Amino acid sequence: MEVGQLQRSFVEYMASLFREGFLDAQFSQLQQLQDDSNPDFVVEVVSLFFEDSERLLNDLTMALDQPNVDFKQVDAHVHQLKGSSSSVGAQRVKNCCVPFRNCCEEQNTETCLRCLQQIKQEYLLVKNKLQTLFELEQQIVAAGGAIPMVQ
Amino acid sequence: MYPLRYVLLTFKILLFLFWGIFFFPIFFTYFYVNLLKKFQKFEESMNLGVGSVVKTMSGASCSVSWKSGGSDKVSDQFPAGLRVLVVDDDPTCLMILEKMLRNCHYEVTKSNRAEHALSMLRENRNGFDIVISDVHMPDMDGFKLLEHVGLEMDLPVIMMSADDSKDVVMKGVTHGACDYLIKPVRIEALKNIWQHVIRKKKHELKDKDFDQSTSVEDGDQQQKPPEDVDYSSSANEGNWKSSKRRKEEEDETEERDDLSTSKKPRVVWSVELHQQFVQAVNQLGIDKAVPKKILELMNVPGLTRENVASHLQKYRLYLRRLSGVSQHQNGLNNSFMGHPEAAYGTMTSFNGLELQALAATGQLPAQSLATLQAAALGRSATKSAISMPLVDQRNLFSFENPKLRFSEGQQQLNNSNKQINLLHGIPTTMEPKQLADLHQSSQSFVAMNMQGNARMQQNNALLMHMSQQQQQSSRAQMLNETNNGQVSRPPLSMSQPAAVLSRNSIVDNVRGPIYNPVSQTSSMVDFSLNQTTELQNNSFPLVSSNSGMSTLTSKRLLQEEVNSDIKGSRGFPPGYDIFEELHQQKTPDWGLPNIGSNFGASDHSSIPGTLDVSPSMLVQQGISSMKKNGLNGNSPMGGPQLNLFSGGNLLPVKAEQLPDTSYQNTFFPEQFGQDDLMSALLKQQESVGQVETEFGFDGYSPLDNLPV
Repeated sequence: MEVGQLQRSFVEYMASLFREGFLDAQFSQLQQLQDDSNPDFVVEVVSLFFEDSERLLNDLTMALDQPNVDFKQVDAHVHQLKGSSSSVGAQRVKNCCVPFRNCCEEQNTETCLRCLQQIKQEYLLVKNKLQTLFELEQQIVAAGGAIPMVQ
Repeated sequence: MYPLRYVLLTFKILLFLFWGIFFFPIFFTYFYVNLLKKFQKFEESMNLGVGSVVKTMSGASCSVSWKSGGSDKVSDQFPAGLRVLVVDDDPTCLMILEKMLRNCHYEVTKSNRAEHALSMLRENRNGFDIVISDVHMPDMDGFKLLEHVGLEMDLPVIMMSADDSKDVVMKGVTHGACDYLIKPVRIEALKNIWQHVIRKKKHELKDKDFDQSTSVEDGDQQQKPPEDVDYSSSANEGNWKSSKRRKEEEDETEERDDLSTSKKPRVVWSVELHQQFVQAVNQLGIDKAVPKKILELMNVPGLTRENVASHLQKYRLYLRRLSGVSQHQNGLNNSFMGHPEAAYGTMTSFNGLELQALAATGQLPAQSLATLQAAALGRSATKSAISMPLVDQRNLFSFENPKLRFSEGQQQLNNSNKQINLLHGIPTTMEPKQLADLHQSSQSFVAMNMQGNARMQQNNALLMHMSQQQQQSSRAQMLNETNNGQVSRPPLSMSQPAAVLSRNSIVDNVRGPIYNPVSQTSSMVDFSLNQTTELQNNSFPLVSSNSGMSTLTSKRLLQEEVNSDIKGSRGFPPGYDIFEELHQQKTPDWGLPNIGSNFGASDHSSIPGTLDVSPSMLVQQGISSMKKNGLNGNSPMGGPQLNLFSGGNLLPVKAEQLPDTSYQNTFFPEQFGQDDLMSALLKQQESVGQVETEFGFDGYSPLDNLPV
């Protein structure tokens, strides 16, 4: 594909992610942090986020699977997930964490499980989107183009 | 031909004019520059545009860069190069923060484990300028780390969390965080964190100024910073600028080693000396206490008016802080702490050695002391230095006092010894062998307590002294509480002192150590929250074991105690409540077990041999009792009460009714350094003394219930 075309798709795709609320201003901050000394900064951070989130989601699943759910522990996990998702700008994931914490406070396993489901969905969505974005980036770079700055 | 005297007169006038014209601008510039230097120290010296002279001077005097190395060059690029330590268990956040901080041109060290970060800080105390820490971490609570850092390294700490609920933020504030960031953290927020470093350094300087003995200050007055003009010193005497210069010098040059090489011999404000000072001040009345008169009253050879003046200044600040604490309900913040700390600067010089010396001056035979202990505490003889947590020691100390008190009643202790070794409870560097000394001192101390107001005064003085030493506000808080705890009859009139202390501590910084006011009634102090049994056994031995006490524990305990007490006490600032909560979680097991028997020593006779009151209980009671009785001489007990009170048991003793003394158990949160303890003890003593004064002296009512 032609570089210009790739770049245009990239920009459009990025804009749509922001528009649909998958990413927020924090993600732009990350992009701004990226510079020549750290050309892959965003990719690294997001990969780290993926790893961390998957671990947390697993922990959450296990914790809610227990006969006696330790809601404090669950709450701690959700809190951390909220922190990391907000730090990378995964807005929808972060937004799911808030009701999840309320469910934890109510100590309602049922609603917690539902929240967990929702978070997992959102997480997979955003993961998909970001991975597509990165692939686009790679294609641009491979084609010899520069990655356009969005916003 | 004019008469000769006209000629001489003219000559003198001309000389004077010459002098003035020539040197006045120089002096003026010097002071101006000094002032500016203060502000420029951490800023780019070149860009302030004060003038070439200023630039030169600031450049030369900017020896204090915010880098510990003290190089001047950093100031030019400040805040670049700021050494930040980031602690967060979330790797994503950690990485992002690191990158952001690097973009701000800071030097970043990251750690995902609080323990690791703490050990890094300990290894390299001057290796970092500021710490940023997450609140929720698996291995250590962020607030705990905050406390540790604040107490051990006294670095500014910024808390951050995704949690933006008000109570968590408040917790951060009350624990002494200099800022609280909500995640996601933006780079703009990080760009300004250097302000906290500067602010803290400024406070440190001020504290350091006060910390050093008055002679240093005097010496500073005589000297000038190396780069300053030479004649400034001579011209400063009696010059309107001298005070300004003094301040500037103190602020500026404290960090410079050359200042310490003052030719003037250092005046160490020992407990005795301070007691004498407080006594003199009380006699004169705080408003009328002028250095000259104080000096005369004290009648200490070798003490100069300047020494007294600077000490008086600190003392006033301390008093102001005490009263200010009571007014600041919510104002628990770092800046507030700065002042009290400064006031306690002189206290820092007080250390175990001094205490020992003081102890040695005690004239009570060790035996009688032991007897006292046995009688008062109804326990076995002194233990050898027990390395108890600091709090315990403190408790012991306060406990000792009441015990001593009682024992006095039972025995004929020498009361001639006016030197209240208030410090002897202070767990600064108590060695086991110091125990005997302590005993002596404590004995004398007790004797003093028994004697009444005079003693109290001394205690107060001591407390004040101690408080002065107290670096941290938390100590002050405790002292305040102790002071507040006045003599009221209620069994645990400790509440006041506790309140005071806690208030102080809260105000200052949660981390301040809280000591049991070693006031004469300090027998109450023996509440070692954790080790009441030990306390009960020997107030003295415990006291001496103060050195062994971990400040952290004691502090924590005290804080917890205090907090809980404060809650109940009248009008304590809300911050205390939070404080209590905060601390409670920290010191879950500080359930003050039986507090030394002397706790309830409201009456000599009524004082049971062993009070099985947990310090917390005592304190609580004390506080409540204090509340009722107020600080005014309602205490039927009079001296003994005061003593107990001054004992500074801030322990929030709840259940048992301490006989009347409000013990100020110093259950301050652990990080109570020895110096802090000393100061806290002194402060407590002072506060107690103040309480006494209320009864017997006019002058200050610092121990007014410091309810906020």
